[in-house]
Amino acid sequence: MADTIKHHLTDDLLMGYSAGALPEAFNLVVATHVSLCDECRARLASFDALGGEVVADVAPVSMADGSLAATLSLISKGDAAVSAPAPRRSGIFPAPLHDYISGDVDDLKWRKVGGGVSQMILKTSSDATVRLLKIPAGTAVPDHGHRGVELTLVLQGAFKDKHDRFGTGDIEVANEDMHHTPVAEEGMDCICLSATDAPLQFKGFLPRLAQRFVGI
Amino acid sequence: MLTITAPSVKTRPAGPPAGCKITLPNVIKTKGRKVTLDETAKRMAWVKHINLVRDRKDQAAFAELFAHFAPRVKGFLMKSGASPDLAEECAQEVMATLWNKAHMFDPAKASVSTWIFTIARNRKIDILRKQRRPEPEDLPWGPESEPGQEDVLVHQQETELLGAALAALPAKQRELIQKAYYGELSHSEIAAQTGLPLGTIKSRIRLALDRLRHTMG
Repeated sequence: MADTIKHHLTDDLLMGYSAGALPEAFNLVVATHVSLCDECRARLASFDALGGEVVADVAPVSMADGSLAATLSLISKGDAAVSAPAPRRSGIFPAPLHDYISGDVDDLKWRKVGGGVSQMILKTSSDATVRLLKIPAGTAVPDHGHRGVELTLVLQGAFKDKHDRFGTGDIEVANEDMHHTPVAEEGMDCICLSATDAPLQFKGFLPRLAQRFVGI
Repeated sequence: MLTITAPSVKTRPAGPPAGCKITLPNVIKTKGRKVTLDETAKRMAWVKHINLVRDRKDQAAFAELFAHFAPRVKGFLMKSGASPDLAEECAQEVMATLWNKAHMFDPAKASVSTWIFTIARNRKIDILRKQRRPEPEDLPWGPESEPGQEDVLVHQQETELLGAALAALPAKQRELIQKAYYGELSHSEIAAQTGLPLGTIKSRIRLALDRLRHTMG
C-alpha cells in the first residue's frame, strides 16, 4: 500500500505530532496515516530525531538526592513493565482507531447526515473533532469551506474533487481557503477519517440549517 | 587530562560503510575547556548501554545512562512547563520506562536521545497536557529484526550530523525549533521549515523500512 499513496502529511503536522502539540483528533488522523504510509513514518522518525537532539542539547538540571535509588525501586515494583498487547489492524481500520471504535464497518453506529452520507463522531478532547464518514459510491459530499484546517484520510474506496483524486491511504490537508465538493468514486463506498479544528461551513441555507442539527 | 563521564567507547569497524560520509570529531565544551570526542563512538556506546540493560539487567550501565540523561529529561520537562518536583518525578518514570522497554529500542532507527525524547514527550502529554496521543501501528517485526551493525552505525552518524546542524543554526532559528519541542508553540504556529537536512536522515530510515517490508514479504 505504501507505494500507492500519493498524498502525504505536511511537515508542520508531522512536526506538531512529534512535538506533541496537536489536538487529540489530529493526533489520531496522523497516527492512522503513518500506520499506512512508510514515507511519512520515516519523515516522522526524522522529526523525532530532531526532538532527540533538542533534549540532548538542553541545559541539564540536577536530579534530587537518592533519585537513582528511587528509580530502581520504581523499576522493581514492576507495574510499568506490564503493558497491554499492541492492538492490530482489523479490516480497514488501522490499530490507532481501535481505542475509538469497536467492530468493523458494518458494526458501527452510523448516523445519516443527508445526501446518503453517514457519519460517526469519535470521542476526543474538544479542541478539534474527528469523525468517520461513509459516502456511497458516486455520491457527493455537500460543498463546504473551512474556518480551520481539515484533514481527510481515505480508509476505503476513493474520492475526487476538481483538484485531485484521493485513494486509500491518501490524506487531504485542506485549509480555510478551500471550497470543494468531494465525490466518492463509483464501485465502492468511500470511508474516510476526517478531522477539523473548526466546524465545517456548508454553502447554502439548507445544508447550513441541517448542520445545526446533525453536528457536522 | 580531563576525564569524561562518557561510557566506554566501542571499537569502530575498520572503515565507514560505502557511501557514508566520514564526519570529523566534534569539539565539545566541558566546564569551560574544549575536548575533542568522537561523537559517533559516544552514541554507539550509549546504544551498547541500552543493550546491556536489555540483555543483562545491568545496573552499572543503567546508572551511567541515568547520570547522563535523567538531568536532561528533567531540564526538558521544566522547559516544557513542569515544576521542579513534577519534572523530577517524571524524569524518574521516563528512566524506569527505559529499563522496562529496553527491548523496544531500535538503534537502526533512533539514537538513544531520540528514544528518550519520545518517552519523555509521551509522559509530558499525559501529565502536562492531559491529552491522548494515539501511536502509529507497530510494524510487524519478524524474528530477524535485530538490526545490522552497519545500519546502526550509519543511523547514529546521521543523528550526530543532525545535532551538529542544529547547533550550527542561527540562534533565532534554533530557539524556534526548541520552542516547538518544549510545547510553547501551537500547531498552527509551528513552521516546519527548520532549515535542517532532515531529508538525509529520513532517506536512511526509509531504506531500513523498505528492507524490513522486503524481508517480511
